Amino acid sequence: MAAVQETVDRVKAIDVDAYKYGFVTDIESELAPKGLNEDIVRFISARKNEPEWLTQWRLDAYRRWLTMREPTWARVHYKPIDFQDLHYYAAPKSTPGPKSLDEVDPELLRTYEKLGIPLREQELLAGVQTSKVAVDAVFDSVSVATTFKAELAKAGVIFCPISEAVHSHPELVQKYLGSVVPVTDNFYATLNSAVFSDGSFVYIPPGVRCPMELSTYFRINEKKTGQFERTLIIADKGSYVSYLEGCTAPQRDENQLHAAVVELIALDDAEIKYSTVQNWYPGDAEGRGGIYNFVTKRGDCRGPRSKISWTQVETGSAITWKYPSCILRGDESRGEFYSIAISNGYQQVDSGTKMIHLGKNTTSRIISKGISAGRSNNTYRGQVSAHRKASGARNFTNCDSLLIGHDCGAHTVPYIESKNATAVFEHEATTSKISEDQLFYCMQRGLSAEEATALIVNGFVRDVLQQLPMEFAVEAQKLISISLEGSVG
Amino acid sequence: MLEIKNLHASIGDKKILDGLTLTVKKGEVAAIMGPNGSGKSTLSYVISGREDYTVTQGEVLLDGVNLLDMDASERANAGVFLAFQYPLEIPGVATMTFLKAAMNAHARANGQSELQTPDFMRRVREAAQKLGVSQDMLKRPLNVGFSGGEKKRMEILQMALLQPKLGILDETDSGLDIDALRVVSEGVNALRAPDRAFLVITHYQRLLDYIKPDTVHVMARGRIVKTGGPELALELEKSGYKDYVGEAA
Repeated sequence: MAAVQETVDRVKAIDVDAYKYGFVTDIESELAPKGLNEDIVRFISARKNEPEWLTQWRLDAYRRWLTMREPTWARVHYKPIDFQDLHYYAAPKSTPGPKSLDEVDPELLRTYEKLGIPLREQELLAGVQTSKVAVDAVFDSVSVATTFKAELAKAGVIFCPISEAVHSHPELVQKYLGSVVPVTDNFYATLNSAVFSDGSFVYIPPGVRCPMELSTYFRINEKKTGQFERTLIIADKGSYVSYLEGCTAPQRDENQLHAAVVELIALDDAEIKYSTVQNWYPGDAEGRGGIYNFVTKRGDCRGPRSKISWTQVETGSAITWKYPSCILRGDESRGEFYSIAISNGYQQVDSGTKMIHLGKNTTSRIISKGISAGRSNNTYRGQVSAHRKASGARNFTNCDSLLIGHDCGAHTVPYIESKNATAVFEHEATTSKISEDQLFYCMQRGLSAEEATALIVNGFVRDVLQQLPMEFAVEAQKLISISLEGSVG
Repeated sequence: MLEIKNLHASIGDKKILDGLTLTVKKGEVAAIMGPNGSGKSTLSYVISGREDYTVTQGEVLLDGVNLLDMDASERANAGVFLAFQYPLEIPGVATMTFLKAAMNAHARANGQSELQTPDFMRRVREAAQKLGVSQDMLKRPLNVGFSGGEKKRMEILQMALLQPKLGILDETDSGLDIDALRVVSEGVNALRAPDRAFLVITHYQRLLDYIKPDTVHVMARGRIVKTGGPELALELEKSGYKDYVGEAA
């Protein structure tokens, strides 16, 4: 149980409600003026030297957004956001665009080093020696570095900032951008379409198994800044890719908005595995500050026998509003959603998934583990539907909630809708509390209260942790204990 | 070894232990017998440090050290082991993982270095073999889906690995058939040692046919009301607890 011991040591080493990644990088930024209007949209587009079609696409989205309202159906509460009091673009001055690693501002390199993210190609994530991970680092509104590009290019894999892909692979971007999450999809996705800044672009050519894990690391640094990243991943016929995403932000008293859009497209027989470890600043012990994480993530199993799998470990953010989904369009395609959502302090989580069965014999699986501690609220919201043509569709959902303490809440809101008589949907849900009996039992064997809680929680989330790539699983396990710090006794 | 002096304890407003005094010497196996509701299980919880109980008076000393100043895990690491009447299930945590966490906690608390994996594996394998605990059980989540007999054998296995100074068996015979009872008892007997004491809590004489006590204490209304040798258990088997219950009325 080395990992548990390590987590316990780490938990002991940090102060109450100290967020490890809460430092601010002192770097000069170019900021767009506060507020949002057509000029700002044009400003962002011009900064990226975008072609006319994309500028128009953004403006269309902006005009549409003006007619939309913030969704209120989620079980989260916050003061209305003043969208005119935000910067929609922030970029470190020293790094106008992605360059080779040697040219990246040393201050930025140090920032990522502090975060444990290797931007030098010989370094590897979490000290695991056997695998390589290519990293795209997004700092506020721009990508500052992408590693292993050359090696990936040999395999025909394109991995670059989306702002670069717009120029280097316009036909792919134009064909797929907005094809899974339409410009009109929802309030935040539409806003993102208007002002998105940067994010990663991935294309895996037919029949290629991507030779290494791809990873994007998002960092919000500037204050009063929204981050609107856009990620687009296309797995062409018979290809495979595993992609990891991580996020952190400085500790600030005000709330920061993060409204991302991620689109995945899997063509015939292709497979995409998308893993997230979300650790945005959650706010302090009194519930001040923290990130509003309002994210639209959707995958389209467009070809037959394609597969998309989402795995997420959600520990950060003041508010999480996020439903990574799969559209199972291709016959026999498969969607998976594995989630660990942990809330502590005053955090609010409303997260889950949608599995939309359109094709024949499509299958999906949902395993969700919610853990609530402190005064937090944690809601699982999931939709499973079968179109009338989706004969033979199958879904299995398992949704467990664990409560720690007396002041937190867990809620499960499943929506199940079948228009085809041959579809089979199963739903299991449990809510339990770490019992005093279990804690006493472990302590009677010599474990401290913190060790006992870490052990029980790690057992509870085990099914999902097993889905993560190895080097992330270790990190995630540590993160879980840190997030639950102070929840015992 | 174990000295309990004038112990008073309650849960909520309910007083359960009412001036209990008991001494168990090194190497001794002491049986605690008594009718339901006499406070036998409470005694085991109070010694091992369960928080639901409030100790209002008295002392519990292990080798002269007051256990009441320690929390449950400190007491465990000081050498108190409780074999539970109803062992808890810990879903998702492999039995091996749990055993290692417990053994390492003991090692650290006693200033020793943690066990090397091959060493750990060897010790678990040896102990498991004696108790008929299969490799498959060791891989499964702790106690999840174990039969009553398997759970009790797992308790004894843990005791064998943690080598306590004081082993408390809380109604270990409940829910066991005769074969399981024999295996578990043999496991306990193998752990009898000159520097280890046992407190065997049971309602029935049956267990004491297998684990021979040196002394037998009768508990009623939260205190020890009679103390004798093994023959006292046989008397109780014949006459029942009615004399003691009667005294209460």
